[in-house]
Amino acid sequence: MIFGPLRSAVDFVGLVSLNLRDTLFYVIAGRAYGQPVRLTAVSQQVLLSGLQAIPIVILLCGIVGVMLAIQGMQTLSIFGAEQFINVGLAVSIPKEFSPLIVGIVVAGRSGSQITSRVGSMGLNGELDGLTVMGIAPHRFVDVPTLLGLLVSVPILVVIGDFAALGLAGLYASTALGMSFHAFMDQLIELISLADYLLGISKGVVFGVLIGGIALAFGRSVAGGADDLGRKTTSSVVVCIATIIAVDALYSILGQL
Amino acid sequence: MSLLRVDQLTGGYNGHVVIDGCSMQVDPGEVVVIMGGSGSGKSTFLKHLIGLKPPMSGSVELNSEDLYSGSMNDRYRRLSHIGVAFQMGALVSSLSIFDNVALPLRETTDLPEDVIEVMVRLKLEFVELLDKQDLLPSELSGGMLKRAAVARALARDPKLVFMDEPSAGLDPVVASALDDLILKIKDALGVSVVVVTHELESAFKIASRIVVLDRGFIIFDGSVDAIRASDNPRIQALINRTAEPMAFDAEEHYRRIMGLPEG
Repeated sequence: MIFGPLRSAVDFVGLVSLNLRDTLFYVIAGRAYGQPVRLTAVSQQVLLSGLQAIPIVILLCGIVGVMLAIQGMQTLSIFGAEQFINVGLAVSIPKEFSPLIVGIVVAGRSGSQITSRVGSMGLNGELDGLTVMGIAPHRFVDVPTLLGLLVSVPILVVIGDFAALGLAGLYASTALGMSFHAFMDQLIELISLADYLLGISKGVVFGVLIGGIALAFGRSVAGGADDLGRKTTSSVVVCIATIIAVDALYSILGQL
Repeated sequence: MSLLRVDQLTGGYNGHVVIDGCSMQVDPGEVVVIMGGSGSGKSTFLKHLIGLKPPMSGSVELNSEDLYSGSMNDRYRRLSHIGVAFQMGALVSSLSIFDNVALPLRETTDLPEDVIEVMVRLKLEFVELLDKQDLLPSELSGGMLKRAAVARALARDPKLVFMDEPSAGLDPVVASALDDLILKIKDALGVSVVVVTHELESAFKIASRIVVLDRGFIIFDGSVDAIRASDNPRIQALINRTAEPMAFDAEEHYRRIMGLPEG
């Protein structure tokens, strides 16, 4: 009874891995085989999954930053240590919250968009149309999507860092009666380069995972509109669950 | 030299044979019509011919090269020398008609953009869609969509073009105009065309040669005059549009209706 879903999960992981392998192949050797990766297509994907997501990333990361500052100060006030809120913000936002919020936003926006686009391309025969024109669908659809996410998600993490730290700093400095500039100077000094780079590296990993999972779900659409809707929903759910699981894995490995 | 040579091709789905030992060829300047009733295996046969489905056995040669030998990238290279117009167009829905026709040129050649623009306009003018170049596929009628698919199939000046059911779902006037377009492709551009259809009238009008598929086998390969003169009862049934009488088994009929297992 358990073997059916387990086998499906293993099959799916295999499909994602094969997609990623083919993508890597076309990035490295595409031109030699007459299948060059077009920078225009990659930049379009950066625009779609990156630039257009900036407002919602600023909004959500900013709100989470303020919430962290409020909750943190309330907790620290028990010990009369509200002024140490900057330590908590400097550790948790760049390393943990910003990549996580960005990952969830991109999974919701781009994950669903990628799955529904690739799925409907398959249903409409567009992928077959590309094949018979001698255009590898992997190169035309998957590579720009994955490269676009690989570039845009880390950039969104950096933007999310600024929004979350900035708004958290604005709240905390006001609550502590400090100048915003002084608070931010302290906060920035407390951020370690290793934590900051770890957060950005999470952005890279999340980008590849979202792209790989969403593309694989899109490719597996068969039968019609009903399956397209089902796979799009599953894609978002699996993307978000995977991001949270991988983020937890980062934390566990960080303790070792 | 034949542009397409199919030798003893057997194919189908999941081990189930749909096409059995079919052989045919297409020479330069020919319009070959592949005909057959519903379920005869036409669509499966076409998938094997255009590189979408490796055969179980036998071979498909395009320009004397085995289509399915080597890697998938070898197949993409061979496919870039043919054109295919699908029944529903299969145009990329997010691109304009102009960009759809330009797509194979932009993606598989290193031609400069100004040359591509001229080539695309030539093809769109050829299919009389130049004034619709900025529209999306969803904004075109059925006939226009098929002509746009033809323009994309012709984009790289192939020697061989495949068309799947070009007249299906069109009114007689538009269907006849598409037949004229196919003849124009052959006469003006010197392109060989393989048309898969079940429209008799269209087949008789455009075909240099007709291949008839029946239950996965090629039962006829010859000229329009020869098919009219054929005394094969299955070909006559196809031409005269007469349904084959089915033997009625009362017991089997009862089992099917009641959903009982086969006896």
